Amino acid sequence: MESRGMNERIRKLREESTSIDPSIYIERADLFTDAYLKYDGSMSVPEMRATAFKYFMENKSLCINYGELIVGEKGDGPQKAPTFPELCCHTLEDMHVMNDRELIGFSVTEADLKLQEEKIIPYWSKRSVREKILASMTDQWKDAYGAGIFTEFMEQRGPGHTVGSTKIYEKGFLDYKAEIAEELNKIDYLKDPEALSRQEQLKGMDIACDAIIILGERYAKLAREMAESETDEKRKEELLEIAKNCDVVPANKPETYWQAIQMYWFVHLGVTTELNPWDAFSPGRLDQHLYPFYKKDIESEILNDEKALELLESLWIKFNNQPAPPKVGVTLKESSTYTDFANINTGGITADGQDGVNEVSYLILDCMDEMKLLQPSSNVQISRKTPQKFLKRACEVSREGWGQPAFYNTEAIIQELLNAGKTIEDARLGGTSGCVETGAFGNEAYILTGYFNLPKILELTLNNGYDEVAKKQLGLKLGYAEDFKSYEELYEAYKKQIEHFIDIKVQGSNVIETIYAKYMPVPFLSVITNDCIKTGKDYNAGGARYNTNYIQGVGIGTITDSLASIKYNVFDKDKFTMKELVDAMKDNFVGHDRIYNLVQNKTPKYGNDDDYADDIMVDVFKTYQGMVTGRPNMKGGTYRVNMLPTTCHVYFGEVMLASPNGRLAHKPLSEGISPEKGADTKGPSAVIRSAAKMDHLSTGGTLLNQKFTPSVVAGEGGLDNMANLVRSYFTMDGHHIQFNVIDKEILIKAQENPEEYKDLIVRVAGYSDHFRNLSKALQDEIIGRTEQNFN
Amino acid sequence: MEKAIVLNIQRFSPHDGEGIRTTIFFKGCGLHCTWCHNPESQSYKKEVMVFEERCKQCGYCIEHCERNALREKEGKIVVDREKCVMCGDCVENCPYSALEMAGEYYTTDEIVTEAKKDMIIYDESNGGVTLSGGEVMSQNIDFLIELCEKLDRHGIRVNIDTCGLAPAESYRKIVRYIDTFLYDIKTINEEIHRNHIGDGLEKILDNLKLVNDLGGSINIRMPIIGGVNDSDLEIDEVLGWLIDNKISVKQINLLPYHNTGSGKYDRIGKEYKGKNLEIPSDDTMERIKNKFAESGFNNIFIGG
Repeated sequence: MESRGMNERIRKLREESTSIDPSIYIERADLFTDAYLKYDGSMSVPEMRATAFKYFMENKSLCINYGELIVGEKGDGPQKAPTFPELCCHTLEDMHVMNDRELIGFSVTEADLKLQEEKIIPYWSKRSVREKILASMTDQWKDAYGAGIFTEFMEQRGPGHTVGSTKIYEKGFLDYKAEIAEELNKIDYLKDPEALSRQEQLKGMDIACDAIIILGERYAKLAREMAESETDEKRKEELLEIAKNCDVVPANKPETYWQAIQMYWFVHLGVTTELNPWDAFSPGRLDQHLYPFYKKDIESEILNDEKALELLESLWIKFNNQPAPPKVGVTLKESSTYTDFANINTGGITADGQDGVNEVSYLILDCMDEMKLLQPSSNVQISRKTPQKFLKRACEVSREGWGQPAFYNTEAIIQELLNAGKTIEDARLGGTSGCVETGAFGNEAYILTGYFNLPKILELTLNNGYDEVAKKQLGLKLGYAEDFKSYEELYEAYKKQIEHFIDIKVQGSNVIETIYAKYMPVPFLSVITNDCIKTGKDYNAGGARYNTNYIQGVGIGTITDSLASIKYNVFDKDKFTMKELVDAMKDNFVGHDRIYNLVQNKTPKYGNDDDYADDIMVDVFKTYQGMVTGRPNMKGGTYRVNMLPTTCHVYFGEVMLASPNGRLAHKPLSEGISPEKGADTKGPSAVIRSAAKMDHLSTGGTLLNQKFTPSVVAGEGGLDNMANLVRSYFTMDGHHIQFNVIDKEILIKAQENPEEYKDLIVRVAGYSDHFRNLSKALQDEIIGRTEQNFN
Repeated sequence: MEKAIVLNIQRFSPHDGEGIRTTIFFKGCGLHCTWCHNPESQSYKKEVMVFEERCKQCGYCIEHCERNALREKEGKIVVDREKCVMCGDCVENCPYSALEMAGEYYTTDEIVTEAKKDMIIYDESNGGVTLSGGEVMSQNIDFLIELCEKLDRHGIRVNIDTCGLAPAESYRKIVRYIDTFLYDIKTINEEIHRNHIGDGLEKILDNLKLVNDLGGSINIRMPIIGGVNDSDLEIDEVLGWLIDNKISVKQINLLPYHNTGSGKYDRIGKEYKGKNLEIPSDDTMERIKNKFAESGFNNIFIGG
């Protein structure tokens, strides 16, 4: 399809969205604190949360940016990041760090600092959830966490990373209020021991509905006021149209395509200002949701494709206007990315199993193509039923070299969800959000709890459980490298160590989950998550239809190659002894060139379709997957695994010494399920074959990166190559694949002259980011990812 | 079981016929084109290759070679190819991977095992296997027939990439197994052939006629070498020959010469004789493409 290019309005809004530097929006913290000072202690926790949310919606500053068609900002303008002191309270030092650093800074004003110091910190520093969590963790947990064995997502962000119910397109919040009233009436105070708790939750949800309705009313009023003083007739008309839309949504169900988009956006603002849901809330299957409105409006001739695309682009700009809230402490300092994680799924199939690609799907691809924005992150779901035209159009957008869209396998997602106990209808309406994680959209609380460092555990296993980096005994005392007389003995010990740390991780996560259920309910998110109203339970307390906790395994390539190196060189081929290997690793391979060359270049490695290495990958995966899957969480659901790193493979590498596969000390681990850097030499088909030996269907998502230079995907033939690679991988049940189509030389130049390459966007993990915003280590990592060649 | 010497098995290869293919490069060729960019594919024997840029002259290989086949000369490692028995010890143990072995022996089953790995991709892309070289048709024809039969049993389609210098009988035997022949034509001028390519022009052209007469499907691949075969005269001769002999051509790929192979000659102790060859300009390539088109040929591509 020919690209029409953005119109003038969108071009201006986009320019504004991408040129304003992010700053802190302190008003949220201020108003929430006011509400707590006024009401806390006088009502139940859920009602208090909802009341503070309502107080915020009643009093927050509003803004309608010039020319925009979809209204509402989290803050008082574009690029404003709210803070959430009830989750984690920034110290003054944190605020200086975010203001002063060169990369991804947030400007903080003197007035912000003063307010933080005099009001926010005194009230929240001892009351935040983070304080409660840190006080509840065991020393063992803290040691393992501190050493980089695992991370914890909810230490400074709430559970979220989710997608709401499709019902927001079928009913308004007045309808939700009626539903809540009905459930309140049904409470059986004679027999139900949880009657009071249900009442409190439902009342909280009811207040949350009021809050969002108030926001809509305020925007309608503001739009009318602005229309009155607007001299441009065309803009005046638009403002009146916006006012009319806000009269309808969110109080009532949307009637038009435009209102449907505005409805989503109000809901998005509600979820992401009520609490910080892991920097992410996503529209999910947007093309499916919008299609009925599109069809109706086209038929009644109040919409055409040009207008429909413009409205999509308006929504894209709203997403891009919202920077992710800044972290606190060490995480703030180390965090090398700050985009939100909204993810839009396009394509796939419908609830009754038919091809889901419609006209809006193609418009979304056009929108992605024209906008080329970091947010929202866009992906396509490719099913066996997906037309080749749609797949190739997606390849065409992807090969422009900025990493979007990513490709997801619809059939794999459905089978993953069925495997986890979802109904077929719920599974078909599911998809992936955040990075690559699978969820039953609108029906499930699926929580990423943290990353798990698989290679680090081998490092401990080879050293009697003692960590030479943290200088602490972290693991079990099962012996040193040279004590293991066979590969099998070593692997048994590795398994025991994994189990030991999974136990610690899960124990911590269970406690954290309980803290959220008790102190940090999310009544608004609960309203728009199916079954929370019916069960009278909060999203954070098991109210959703399904409840899953994920632990994300990191470094499968590194651990596979490390174990393969020991098995092949030490036990099978006697190339060198374990002692020689350990000595070489201790010296970071300096002065051990022969051993280094053997482990780097003469040893079977994952990613080459070589069963020697791939069988080990399968073993490790099964061990890890088996030890996590099925453990009960505190919300009535279970734990499952993901294999995705975001950027954590860089951090996990930093806390490690050299590995047996020749990875040098403190260098990044392999990312996702991609092979270790430079390990795959047999081309992309060998990579996908290796990766597909993992049982993707028993996970909640895996991430595979493929980098291509523009020359090899050129022309119609290049598109066919990409499309064929995607189809083949998906036939093998691969979950996800994404492409970076970038010249290595360009990246190196971009690293040297960041100013000249401000536009350069690369695929990082399950998302894209500006190359210049990435840390040097992450830039090096992307440069180093194997460049495959189609020739 | 009989084995054949293979230089490389290249998976995900989209340029050797339809779809995505696995290309098997057999080692050994009867021609010695001055521009050859894979000089290590010419000899029918294994060869130790020296990667000078990786070598740190630690002397490990010289000390450990049981045949004393390695020595240092003017700061470079030199292989005495008379003494070397290609045992591979030096390749295995060089601490810097500066030595590599070109060529490995494969049975038909071993090749089939590799070829089968990408069957899903062949199915998706209408791809298959391409037998290439060196000159694949100069390998033992019984080996090749056995290989084709085994691939056929798995439904894997086979292309052959050939320069044409092989026994006519071999083409006769194999033609029924082959989807498409990617047939190289460089020139039909005997003098140019002798000076730049070697003997055998007549045989090459006869074999092309034979394959055509037997109903083989033919893609012509023509390397365009600046100053050798890029003049209108040369091109007209080739066009005239193809037309006179009624060669039915499905597709034509015009491959502009590039000198990326020149550095490879040092590695096997050979001299590059193509230093004076010219890279044809884009204009030249377009001009030649147009000439083919004007003569009634379809599906003409530059590169591939």
